[in-house]
Amino acid sequence: MKLLVQTIAEMTDGTILRVMGLKKYFPVRRGLLKRVTGVVKAVDGVSFNVGIGRTLGLVGESGCGKTTIGRMILRAIDPTAGQILFRRRNGQMVDMAQLIGPDIKAARREIQMIFQDPYSSLNPRMPVMDLIAEPLKAQGWNTAECERRVVELMDRVGLDPRFIRRYPHAFSGGQRQRIGIARALAVSPSVIVADEPVSALDVSVQAQILNLLRQLQRDLNLTLLFIAHDLSVVRYLCDEVAVMYRGRLIEQAETEKLFNNPKHPYTESLLHAAPPPDPHASWVAGENFDEDPDAELDTDELQDDVGCPFAPRCRYRNDYCLQEVPDLEVTNDQVGTSHLAACHHKHEFDLTGF
Amino acid sequence: MTEVVSDCSSSNSLLEVRDLWVRIERDTGVVRPLNGVNFCVEEGQSVAIVGESGCGKTMASNALLRILPRGAKITSGKMLFRTKDNQERVDLAALDPNSKKMRNIRGGEISMIFQEPMTAFSPVHTIGNQIEEMLRVHDHVLDERQRHERVVELLDLVGILEPAQRVHDYPFQLSGGMRQRAMIAMALASSPRLLIADEPTTALDVTVQARVLKLIQRMQKEFNLALVLITHDLGVVAQTVDYVYVMYLGRIVEEGSIETIFDSPAHPYTAALLRSIPSLATKTENLEPIEGNLPNAHALPSGCPFHTRCREQVGEICSREIPLHVDVGAGHRVSCFKYTDETVGANDR
Repeated sequence: MKLLVQTIAEMTDGTILRVMGLKKYFPVRRGLLKRVTGVVKAVDGVSFNVGIGRTLGLVGESGCGKTTIGRMILRAIDPTAGQILFRRRNGQMVDMAQLIGPDIKAARREIQMIFQDPYSSLNPRMPVMDLIAEPLKAQGWNTAECERRVVELMDRVGLDPRFIRRYPHAFSGGQRQRIGIARALAVSPSVIVADEPVSALDVSVQAQILNLLRQLQRDLNLTLLFIAHDLSVVRYLCDEVAVMYRGRLIEQAETEKLFNNPKHPYTESLLHAAPPPDPHASWVAGENFDEDPDAELDTDELQDDVGCPFAPRCRYRNDYCLQEVPDLEVTNDQVGTSHLAACHHKHEFDLTGF
Repeated sequence: MTEVVSDCSSSNSLLEVRDLWVRIERDTGVVRPLNGVNFCVEEGQSVAIVGESGCGKTMASNALLRILPRGAKITSGKMLFRTKDNQERVDLAALDPNSKKMRNIRGGEISMIFQEPMTAFSPVHTIGNQIEEMLRVHDHVLDERQRHERVVELLDLVGILEPAQRVHDYPFQLSGGMRQRAMIAMALASSPRLLIADEPTTALDVTVQARVLKLIQRMQKEFNLALVLITHDLGVVAQTVDYVYVMYLGRIVEEGSIETIFDSPAHPYTAALLRSIPSLATKTENLEPIEGNLPNAHALPSGCPFHTRCREQVGEICSREIPLHVDVGAGHRVSCFKYTDETVGANDR
């Protein structure tokens, strides 16, 4: 409790969201009696802060737990342990992880979500008007007020308000994503969790949505938790980046610092894995990896708490890495700033960035 | 790197697609996914067909294998393919999709790798069983034991560990990357001459994608395979192929060697596409998206397909006529009125 009071005091510095020691363990059930035979540690002790009006990119490969974190922040799923401190607009501090009943609903009004797939996230039987107004109606707005607000929102996200009576099928992927964004903005949230909002879109449209998100964020002073796997998109949009691997945060820093000078071998391999869209650029990905096929094993087969989670794939590992789990700590040459990495050798490396 | 010129006039290429038109009749109306597509692939060459969703790239590969969806018809055009026995080229467009000849070519001479290996494999048969089926159908020389040995050999070739045990695995027991490797093994089983890879790495994580792409490249070189890579990812294109066709709304709008397309894109669409991707290697301050949305497939724009979103229109002709595909030097061909006054006669096949 003492710790909580202390952290709340610290949060006067402009932090709007502080996640501390967040965990989510999913039980694995097997057999006829559905007995619990083990747990999947989807998120295993994650902590980070997000400042007001900032964009934090949460990156990692599928199954690393990034979506689970986003959902826990909205309390769409309940955390196993940890705190999610969120500063309400009225100045009140709440722990999203502890809230119950109506309090969750009230707090959720200020945290909204944008989903990945604009095809499955919109009810095909609702016209745009109802889709965007649904969260407003839940707050007791009347029809005339709703319509005024929906027109304003459609305008804001670049949709022609004349299409207010149309159904989602009449819109392209990019336009649908705009509807999803308008819906998230309807109740004027202060934090938006965007879970892969552009990965289902074509490249030409992806840029439109990225620019829209950026514009909205500046205009409305939104705080954005941007969950993504595409690092080039993250570099464009985010102020800060947190890299996840198998349920843990393994590196966190300001975007340019992380890209210029990664401190964790996993971050380094992620940075160089994507083929560059330039035939003259060298693409070293294949050689950069240990040709260790363990790397493609299912992650749940590797669940154990011994050693660094990345060690089996790491080309810099030694025996110590396989025995001791590294903590997320400030790196040597970055004292005073906040470049964190969870690697035993973070002070020794000179890893290549961009 | 040697200049790769796609020269369809030599009439010697492995595959030559000439003026291919496909139309689909549905209750909701007529869709024209391919409107006079031309491309060709030399033996051992790797080409990419790049475009956004709905541009017809997958339809083009499905037309090649004659596995078009119900209601879709090839209304005109030729698809000349030189088979293993090296005689006259066969026009795939003229064959009956269910004929013995087409079935021998499909899978036997032209293999395909699909985007989602989970749905491409049968979930109730082991991967060994499914790869062996390819051999049973397309290779009549091997007996049962030899086939089994060959399957293990193929799995080993694509980098699957302990292939002798993995043969007995079902698709769900493999990770995404391993499934895609098994898919590649299956595609190679019949020693094809042409491999079509339709978004082979889109469903994979980046680190796994790197490995699978390298594997495809290695296999292509080792077996002197011709490769048609179908993708929307310009990074994958830049690192995998020699020659690129850019597609927009069922037409090839630009083609050229990989260096030409990336260094000096001529068509406004290609140029805009390259400008709209954020860079990983440097900080991008401002992205320039392509304005507007892809036109509805039921109502294709008149004139140049891109004119509704183009910022470099030369005049009213852009919305009225379709520009001719012309050579602007060294095998670099473009369909745009910035480079020609000639038009393609209006047609509605």
